[in-house]
Amino acid sequence: MKSSRFDPVVLTLGFAFLYIPIIILVLYSFNASRLVTVWGGFSLQWYVAMWSNEGLMDAAWVTARVAVLSATIGTVLGTMAALALVRYARFPGKMVFSGMIYAPLVMPEVITGLSLLLLFVALNVDRGFWTVTIAHTTFTMCYVAIVVQSRLLTFDRSLEEAALDLGSPPVKTFFRITLPLILPAVLAGWMLAFTLSLDDLVIASFTTGPGATTLPIKIYSQVRLGVTPEINAICTILIGLVTIGVVVASLASKRAEIRRIRDEHVALRGTA
Amino acid sequence: MAETATGSNSGPARWLVVATPYVWLLLFFAAPFLIILKISLSDTAIAMPPYTPLFGGFSAIGDFLSQLDFENYTFLTEDPLYIESYLSSLRMAFISTVLLLLIGYPMALAMARAPLAWRPTLVMMVILPFWTSFLIRVYAWIGILKPEGLLTVLLQAVGILGPDEQVQIFRTDTAVLIGIVYSYLPFMVLPLYSALEKMDATLLEAANDLGCPPMKAFWKITFPLSMPGVIAGSMICFIPITGEFVIPDLLGGAETLMIGKTLWTEFFGNRDWPLASAVAVLLLLVLVIPIMIFQNQQQKVR
Repeated sequence: MKSSRFDPVVLTLGFAFLYIPIIILVLYSFNASRLVTVWGGFSLQWYVAMWSNEGLMDAAWVTARVAVLSATIGTVLGTMAALALVRYARFPGKMVFSGMIYAPLVMPEVITGLSLLLLFVALNVDRGFWTVTIAHTTFTMCYVAIVVQSRLLTFDRSLEEAALDLGSPPVKTFFRITLPLILPAVLAGWMLAFTLSLDDLVIASFTTGPGATTLPIKIYSQVRLGVTPEINAICTILIGLVTIGVVVASLASKRAEIRRIRDEHVALRGTA
Repeated sequence: MAETATGSNSGPARWLVVATPYVWLLLFFAAPFLIILKISLSDTAIAMPPYTPLFGGFSAIGDFLSQLDFENYTFLTEDPLYIESYLSSLRMAFISTVLLLLIGYPMALAMARAPLAWRPTLVMMVILPFWTSFLIRVYAWIGILKPEGLLTVLLQAVGILGPDEQVQIFRTDTAVLIGIVYSYLPFMVLPLYSALEKMDATLLEAANDLGCPPMKAFWKITFPLSMPGVIAGSMICFIPITGEFVIPDLLGGAETLMIGKTLWTEFFGNRDWPLASAVAVLLLLVLVIPIMIFQNQQQKVR
C-alpha cells in the first residue's frame, strides 16, 4: 500500500501516547522529592526504601513463584490444547473445547475470579498459594494455546511425516521433531503467561488467602492510599525486567528461527 | 492445512493430549460457572462461606428445586443502582471502543503502509507496553491527571491554565475513558494491523488506475477488507472493558458506575456473595452475544 505523508505524524503521536506515561513514571522513581510534580534531583532513596520494605519483598517472592509455576504448567497444557485444536480433525466436544479456549481471553476478570473462588469454597480448598497458581494456570494456558496454535497452522509437516514414515513412534517424533520446531512459539507463550500472571490483580484478589499476597495486590493497596515514589521504584524494576526478558526472548527466537531454517534446508536436501 | 487424524496419531498419548487440557478447563473454567449460577440462586447467610449451601447430594434435587430463590435477581431489577451500573458500563465500553477504533485504525494503517523493514519493529513497539503491568500503566496516569499533577503543571507552564487553575479530570468518567483507551490500545491496533497487512496492494493500484480518488478507494476497498480486524479488535476490547474493575476504581470518582466495580464492592465490601454472583451471571448474559461474535470470528480466522 502507498503510504501517506500523515503516516509518520500518526505513528509519532500514537507511540508518544503509549510511551510518555511510562517514561514519566520511570523518571520520577529517581526523584529526590516526595512530590510527584517537583523534580528534586537524582536519588536512589526510593529503591533503598523499597528494598527494606519487607511486606513488598515477600509479595514479590510469592508473585515470582506463582508466575513461574503457573506459566510452566500453563505452557504444557496450552501446547497440548493447541495440538488438539490443530492436529485432531475431530473429537467429541471439539466445539465446546475451542469455546473454552477462546472465552477466557475476553472474559471479564471479575467473573473468572469470583467463579473460581466459589469453586474453591465449594470444594473446601484452603485458599492461598496453590489456588492462585491454579487460577493463573487456567487463564494463561488459553493465551499459550493461541500463540502455539498460530505457529502450528503455518507448520511444514513434511519433516514430521518423514519421521513417522520411517517408523519413529509418534511420541518420540513429537519430542525430536515437532517440539524443537515450535519451540520459539512455546517460549513466547511461556513469556506471555509469565507476565500475565505477574500482572494480575483481580483474579488473584479473589483466589488468594492469608499468607499469599501477590505484588499487584500489595501495589494496589498502596496506590489506593496515594502515589508514592516507592511504587514508582518497584514499577520501574518490573518494567526493566520485562523489557530485558522480551528483548532477550525476541533475540533468541530470531536466532532459533535462523537455525531452524538452516536445519530444515539441510534436512530437506538430505532427503531429496 | 491438512488436518489428519491418522492411525499414527492414535493411542494413549493422543487421548492424553486432548483430555488433559479438556478436563482442566471443564473443572476450572466451566464448572465454576455452574456454581456461580447455583449460588446466585441461594439465600444470603451470615456464615462463612456467606451463603446457604445448596449441595445435598443427588437425592436432593427436589429439595434443590424448591429452594431455588430468585430473590437476588428481583433485588437487582428493583434497585436502580444495578441497572444503571449495567447501562453505564455498556455505554463506557461502547464509547471507548469507538475511541479506540478512531485512534487505533490510523495507527494500524500507518504501520501496514510503513516500509517492510520497519514493520517488525513497529509491531514490537506496540506490544512492549502491553507486556508491562496493567496496574502500573493505570497508576502512571494518576500522577499525570490528578489536580496537582503533571498535566496541570504543563498546561500552567504553557499558559492555557492560570496559575491558580487545576485540571479537573482525575476521578471523573473522562479519566476512566483515558485510562481505558490507553490500556487497551495495543489490543485494538494488533488485530487491525494483521488484517490490513494481509491486504492485496494491487486492488488499490487498480482503483487508482481507474481514477478512483484515494478517499473513496479507502471506503470502498480498504475498510471493507479490514472488517475482520475491526470486529476482532472491537470485541477483544468491548467485552473486558464492560467488566473492567481496576481502571474505574483507580481513575474514576464517586459518580463512575461500572458493573465490575459494583460486583467488587458487593463481594469484598458488603460480603454478599449470592448477590455478587447474581451480578456476575447477569453480566455474562449481557455479554453472551458479543462473546459469540468473537468466538465465531476466531473460528473463521482459523
